[in-house]
Amino acid sequence: MNGAKARQKIAFTILGLITLLVVAPIVLIIYYVVSRGWSAISWEFLTAAPRNGMKEGGIFPAIVGTVLLIVGTMLFALPVGILSAVYLVEYAKDNLFTRMIKLSVVNLSGIPSIVYGLFGFTLFVVFLGFGTSILAGSLTLAIMSLPVIITATKEALEAVPMAYREISLSLGATRWQTIWYCVLPYAIPGILTGTVLSLSRAAGETAPILFTVAAFYLPRLPRSVFDQAMALPYHLYVISTQVPNMPAKLSFATGLVLIGLVCLMNLVSIVLRAHFRKKKQW
Amino acid sequence: MVEQDIVIKTVNLNCFYGDQQVLRDVNLDVYRNEILGVIGPANSGKTTFLRALNRLNSLNINYRQQGEIIFENQNQQEIDDTLLRRKIGIIFAMPQVLPVSIYENVAYGPMVHGAKNKQKIAPLVEESLKKAYLWDEVKDRLHSPAVKLSGGQQQRLCIARTLAVEPDVILYDEPCSGLDPISTAKVEDAMAELARQYTQILVTNNTKQAARVSRRCAFFLMGKMVEVDRTQRLFTHPRDQRTDDYITGKFG
Repeated sequence: MNGAKARQKIAFTILGLITLLVVAPIVLIIYYVVSRGWSAISWEFLTAAPRNGMKEGGIFPAIVGTVLLIVGTMLFALPVGILSAVYLVEYAKDNLFTRMIKLSVVNLSGIPSIVYGLFGFTLFVVFLGFGTSILAGSLTLAIMSLPVIITATKEALEAVPMAYREISLSLGATRWQTIWYCVLPYAIPGILTGTVLSLSRAAGETAPILFTVAAFYLPRLPRSVFDQAMALPYHLYVISTQVPNMPAKLSFATGLVLIGLVCLMNLVSIVLRAHFRKKKQW
Repeated sequence: MVEQDIVIKTVNLNCFYGDQQVLRDVNLDVYRNEILGVIGPANSGKTTFLRALNRLNSLNINYRQQGEIIFENQNQQEIDDTLLRRKIGIIFAMPQVLPVSIYENVAYGPMVHGAKNKQKIAPLVEESLKKAYLWDEVKDRLHSPAVKLSGGQQQRLCIARTLAVEPDVILYDEPCSGLDPISTAKVEDAMAELARQYTQILVTNNTKQAARVSRRCAFFLMGKMVEVDRTQRLFTHPRDQRTDDYITGKFG
């Protein structure tokens, strides 16, 4: 074997080992959570309200709360994020103003989530008077998700070949028809990926919901969007740190349910992506 | 000679990208149902000229234009984008098909112009594919992906797609630069057939193609139109020395 081949082999081995290093924590985390929490998962755990100082019963209200928050976040963040990205990429002229907007979008994603929490508390809970509510929490999570959704959508739109737009415009289509028929369909897989990523992050965030929606202990389902709700990440925080003599397996089981929920969302996005790819032949 | 029917007329057309001027004072008439060849070396402004005619240049935000383009006795600037581009279709250099089926590629134009029912679109698709000399090759697989077609077939599909919006003028931007000789011949056959009904402008790097296909031919050099004449005359008795040098291959 000559020198170049040997060097290539060494390089590939190192790259492979580093990749393994990335995968290892994920596998270990999942193994750890499953092995410590699986025994606590039961039908009752998933469908009942907590009892006896949260040491018994289930986490149903927290699951419902988190699902409601995800849905609420989606309702606000998806239209605003996707439409503004479409505007930025397809319509907006390149000038100082739009460059400022793009810069602030990028910077927004660097703001710590607790700051979003404080902001949401001041604006939605106090100033707009929504109170500690699902509405306020969803809006806060939506604002936190916007930068990621906008950035992902922008990249997905920019990845659609310029030629598709030229074909469509050259046939006399309007710009909106061009976006609707020749750009968005091909950007949807990328938009989905970014959206689901940001939504799964929103689902697992504790800080933004701390002051805006999360209830310490509310063993019933929320009655309206102005009601408080329990949520999985906050519930996990509460039972792990605020309740003495909490069986550890309940914390891990709660974490497991949260991971499962996020995985489920990812699964749905994979299925949707496959569906859209099949429809369009590249 | 009989007074010709002018479809497109440019008057002192100047085009700029940022500070760079790419076309200088181009005055050119295009007659009805002719094939006008436009030849010239790279960077002579041929493509810019072509894309000025249906305002595709304006997609580039740095683009500016002075002078007038008259289309069917109307100032081109006063015609709506969508109507103008429907009337003046374009075929791009590389075959550009949409990643959908053959049928959907051709049906796209009629669809955006409001044709809704299938009974109306299907015959139009068939007619357009026939005019582009492609129908026989694809009639059994209209709903298979257009990207599976060969390069030459894709380019004829692009022609069919343009024909489906019922244009008056068809622009070709080096339509055969990526095609083999047989595919090229088929595209040229289609053009010759279309000359009965459409006004066509062919930009090409291939002087032989211009000589074969066009009836009149214009020579562009460094943003200026050097001369325009009947193709036969231009290639045998050019008035300008630079034209002579280019067509005999002394530069280019």
